[in-house]
Amino acid sequence: MYVAVKGGEKAIDNAHALMAQGRRGAESVPELSLEQISGQLSLAVERVMTEGSVYDRDLAALALKQAQGDAVEAIFLLRAYRTTLPRFGSSQPVETGSMAIRRRISAAFKDLPGGQVLGPTYDYTHRLLDFALAAEGGARAPVAENPEPVEAAMPRVTDVLGHQGLIEPSGEGAEVPGDLTRQPLNFPAGRDLRLQNLARADEGFVLALAYSSQRGYGNTHPFAGEIRMGEVAVELVPEELGFAIEIGEITLTECQMVNQFKGSKTVPPQFTRGYGLSFGHCERKAMAMALVDRSLRAEDLGELVSNPAQDQEFVLYHSDNVEASGFVQHLKLPHYVDFQSELEMIRRLRRENAEAAQ
Amino acid sequence: MNTGYNFAYLDEQTKRMLRRAILKAVAIPGYQVPFGSREMPLPYGWGTGGIQVTAAVIGADDTLKVIDQGADDTTNAVSIRRFFARTTGVATTEKTVEATVIQTRHRIPETPLSDGQIMVYQVPIPEPLRWLEPRETETRKMHALADYGAMHVKLYEDIARYGHIATTYDYPVLVNGRYLMRPSPIPKFDNPKMDHSPALQLFGAGREKRIYAVPPYTSVKSLDFEDHPFEVQRWDQACALCGSTESFLDEVVTDDKGGRMYVCSDSDYCGERQKDQMQ
Repeated sequence: MYVAVKGGEKAIDNAHALMAQGRRGAESVPELSLEQISGQLSLAVERVMTEGSVYDRDLAALALKQAQGDAVEAIFLLRAYRTTLPRFGSSQPVETGSMAIRRRISAAFKDLPGGQVLGPTYDYTHRLLDFALAAEGGARAPVAENPEPVEAAMPRVTDVLGHQGLIEPSGEGAEVPGDLTRQPLNFPAGRDLRLQNLARADEGFVLALAYSSQRGYGNTHPFAGEIRMGEVAVELVPEELGFAIEIGEITLTECQMVNQFKGSKTVPPQFTRGYGLSFGHCERKAMAMALVDRSLRAEDLGELVSNPAQDQEFVLYHSDNVEASGFVQHLKLPHYVDFQSELEMIRRLRRENAEAAQ
Repeated sequence: MNTGYNFAYLDEQTKRMLRRAILKAVAIPGYQVPFGSREMPLPYGWGTGGIQVTAAVIGADDTLKVIDQGADDTTNAVSIRRFFARTTGVATTEKTVEATVIQTRHRIPETPLSDGQIMVYQVPIPEPLRWLEPRETETRKMHALADYGAMHVKLYEDIARYGHIATTYDYPVLVNGRYLMRPSPIPKFDNPKMDHSPALQLFGAGREKRIYAVPPYTSVKSLDFEDHPFEVQRWDQACALCGSTESFLDEVVTDDKGGRMYVCSDSDYCGERQKDQMQ
């Protein structure tokens, strides 16, 4: 007999209830608090803030809790919240040159003004599971006090190179940068929109593209000129005041890649720039972004565009994980009608084939 | 009704931006207008474009119908109808004749549309040339030049290989004799309903950030050749529930021994016919 194939309101309500049950886990175990998530899963929170385009640790922690730790789902939740927020102005460009440094390394110079500051990093840990962590608590080793404070003057490596004209100037940005969350992307897209797209882009996608550029699909000969992480002030010029006031402080990771460039007919040989920036401490993302930014500049610099990482439409149209996740997963929505149409066509073609064979 | 948000969820500035895009789309039938698509609380692929268009055109006096695969009770149709019931408080209906706005995924109702009705189509990929040319910069040029030879060659190649045009849904149409348009993944069975329809037909692609339109009483021609005229699907069976031989039928598998039955995909049309037969 006719089987009920169509779901209804009840099924949807029950689906939500089942997810809520799964989210809570065993009731005998205390529930996670947002403070625990933002304090103890901080790198996850910072990824969600970066790709969700909202700097708010509490909201990102809530999104992660609600999404059961699924980063892409949490990013989606934060983005959907973000669209409803009013825009009351644009900040001044943040001055990363005067960042309160917690970490600053250069792979291009052994020593440089301000010195190398290793700061927090997993780079030199041996990746051995720490079973002491599983046992809860346990006093952690105290952080050694730095005998001397980090130097106040910490010029960016690209500025050091810039004094000697060895690296291209960073270029003037648009007076008011574009916003692809308000205006649709058009091609060719300016660097402001490309950087915005990459900053919001899925870390895995950008990482893979960056990796492909290192493996021969459009090599950009990069050096990690500098990676710095720390706090910067955000300033805003309210119309009624006419001067900048500080409205808060955010943690950023910035990566400046320095790339070889042999010069062209009009430009002398010099180093070129690739730029990466993330909220919080998303170093992998910032580095990958800087590589892809430089790759996407191929056309502007008169280089041959022949690889995925250099192709604006390919990169910018496919980088967003909320878009990609939605379109890939929409395949689970019913397609009965289209499938029926295809069934009818296949049957007809088979029938005609069989008739022709006789 | 949820009062935490503006009427129909979107803020008025966003709705104005959408209405401008819709007006432009109506003025240039079949042309894809880029718009600042917003991130909606439903996933891309679930109808974010259609939802934004509906949010821009719906008013407090409207009556909304939402269908997916022709049916009002499929989960996604239920979810979108609930979304607008929550954010607008407008009346909803399952009856095609009662609706002033009909949002749809993959079907056009069997009951003929009438003056004053608005059809809102959810569109996954708005560009009809996309699978022939992946680059937006190229396809925009092709539209500007009305350079649609590639599509005719594709259809011709189908005929050469299979004896038929093998496209069965999302079948390309020429609107108002000018722009090649994707009708969204409706079966080609529904294409003739678009031609000179008295309803205003609006198409929203959220992820791809495009809106396009077919104004009422506009020519919509499915591409074909003189010796291979456009034709729609036909079934040997009638609907097992209402007996219709005119409607688009879904095949329902009833057991694992090859048993199957055919029923109308349009649940309102089928239900109304069954009701008439009871009397």
